[in-house]
Amino acid sequence: MKKELQVTALEQGTVIDHIPTEKVFQVVSLLNLQALPCKIAIGNNLDSKKMGKKGIIKISDRFFTDEEINRISVVAPNVVLNIIKDYEVVEKKHVVLPDTLHDIVCCANPKCITNNEPMASIFHVTDKERGIVRCHYCEKEQCLSSMKLK
Amino acid sequence: MNSFITIAEHTREQLLYLLEMARLFEEQPNRNLLEGKVVATLFFEPSTRTRLSFETAVNRLGGRVIGFSDASNTSTSKGESLKDTIMMVSNYADLIVMRHYLEGAARYASEVSPVPVINAGDGANQHPSQTMLDLYSILKTQGTLDNLNIHLVGDLKYGRTVHSLLQAMRHFNPTFHFIAPKELSMPEEYKLYCKEHHIKYVEHSEFDEDTIAEADIIYMTRVQRERFTDLMEYERVKDVYILRGSMLCKSKPNLRILHPLPRVNEIAYDVDDNEKAYYFQQARNGLFAREAIICNALGIGLEQIK
Repeated sequence: MKKELQVTALEQGTVIDHIPTEKVFQVVSLLNLQALPCKIAIGNNLDSKKMGKKGIIKISDRFFTDEEINRISVVAPNVVLNIIKDYEVVEKKHVVLPDTLHDIVCCANPKCITNNEPMASIFHVTDKERGIVRCHYCEKEQCLSSMKLK
Repeated sequence: MNSFITIAEHTREQLLYLLEMARLFEEQPNRNLLEGKVVATLFFEPSTRTRLSFETAVNRLGGRVIGFSDASNTSTSKGESLKDTIMMVSNYADLIVMRHYLEGAARYASEVSPVPVINAGDGANQHPSQTMLDLYSILKTQGTLDNLNIHLVGDLKYGRTVHSLLQAMRHFNPTFHFIAPKELSMPEEYKLYCKEHHIKYVEHSEFDEDTIAEADIIYMTRVQRERFTDLMEYERVKDVYILRGSMLCKSKPNLRILHPLPRVNEIAYDVDDNEKAYYFQQARNGLFAREAIICNALGIGLEQIK
């Protein structure tokens, strides 16, 4: 008998699909999933027709606010969230990069006040297509793809 | 509350308003507008020139000054956060003038402070009172800020004064000429800024009498030793862009030469005697510009000065 890695269908909850394989654990940390008491299945390097390999996270009995969901866009702008109720997908949500990022990423400028003072970082998104943001404090423009999460 | 953090967020009208205030202060610098007010000058990084200029402005306006000129004797050296220092000082002062070595420090201070904050320089980021005195010097010597040829020379990469001047001048249809060694040329983000705001600019690699023949303003900057990690590189570029008296032979009669000071050797001493040299008067204008900035921050308007 062939043994397979199997993740059962959710009765209700959220499925985060089409996560780039190298971003799966960043998404876990962005949503602070390690602190949730509910059942969570994290799959990675699964076969995908669209992406070749992909990651997927299933979270039982938990739904996220748009604000929480949009945090994901910082690391993985193309993920899809399936909202499951009674084993059915009742809604598909795409993440949207917000206009302002509040305390999600660190400024790349070591001389920025945000890296030297106990305070929240704030970035204004100046180019959503290319993921360019400007630090609210030191005013340096930078690219999201090279920035570290808080 | 009227904090003064960055020049880029000011409209044409706001800039002209402050410049008109500065003009009135030049007519009469001594006015008792700050009687009973206490201004704190917090210099987390030493800058004698800027501090003296601000403190003179407060004194000439009849206010009193508290503060420090070096953070090494303060609680900052014991690990106190900027927020805590600001909260403590705001119990005593009506206005905070702050110089800090970290970028964005002034913005943050203005967000946590219950009293207005004036940015007297935050790291390599902004130094908006310098820009106000530069604008005032240009207006005073040219009679207008509109449609001028402005030549920026020297360190255009790290020189924050040229970046702020560029942003402030966007309201006045200038033509900029960037004259710098390749290693210190104007960064892409500011060239992009020019394009977005329809500011005309020309780049030059040579610096001679023909390049500056059409200039209304030459803004010289110091090639700062401390900006270089490679001192060989510094030695190679420091003498390339020096303004000499003989280079002014073809220049326009209205040309004036500005420099934020201190200079090292980028303006030869024979230029000092030329009537087109304006850098020492420019520094004096800082007093009037700062009197205007201080009054505006405390809600004192033009009508109270006239």
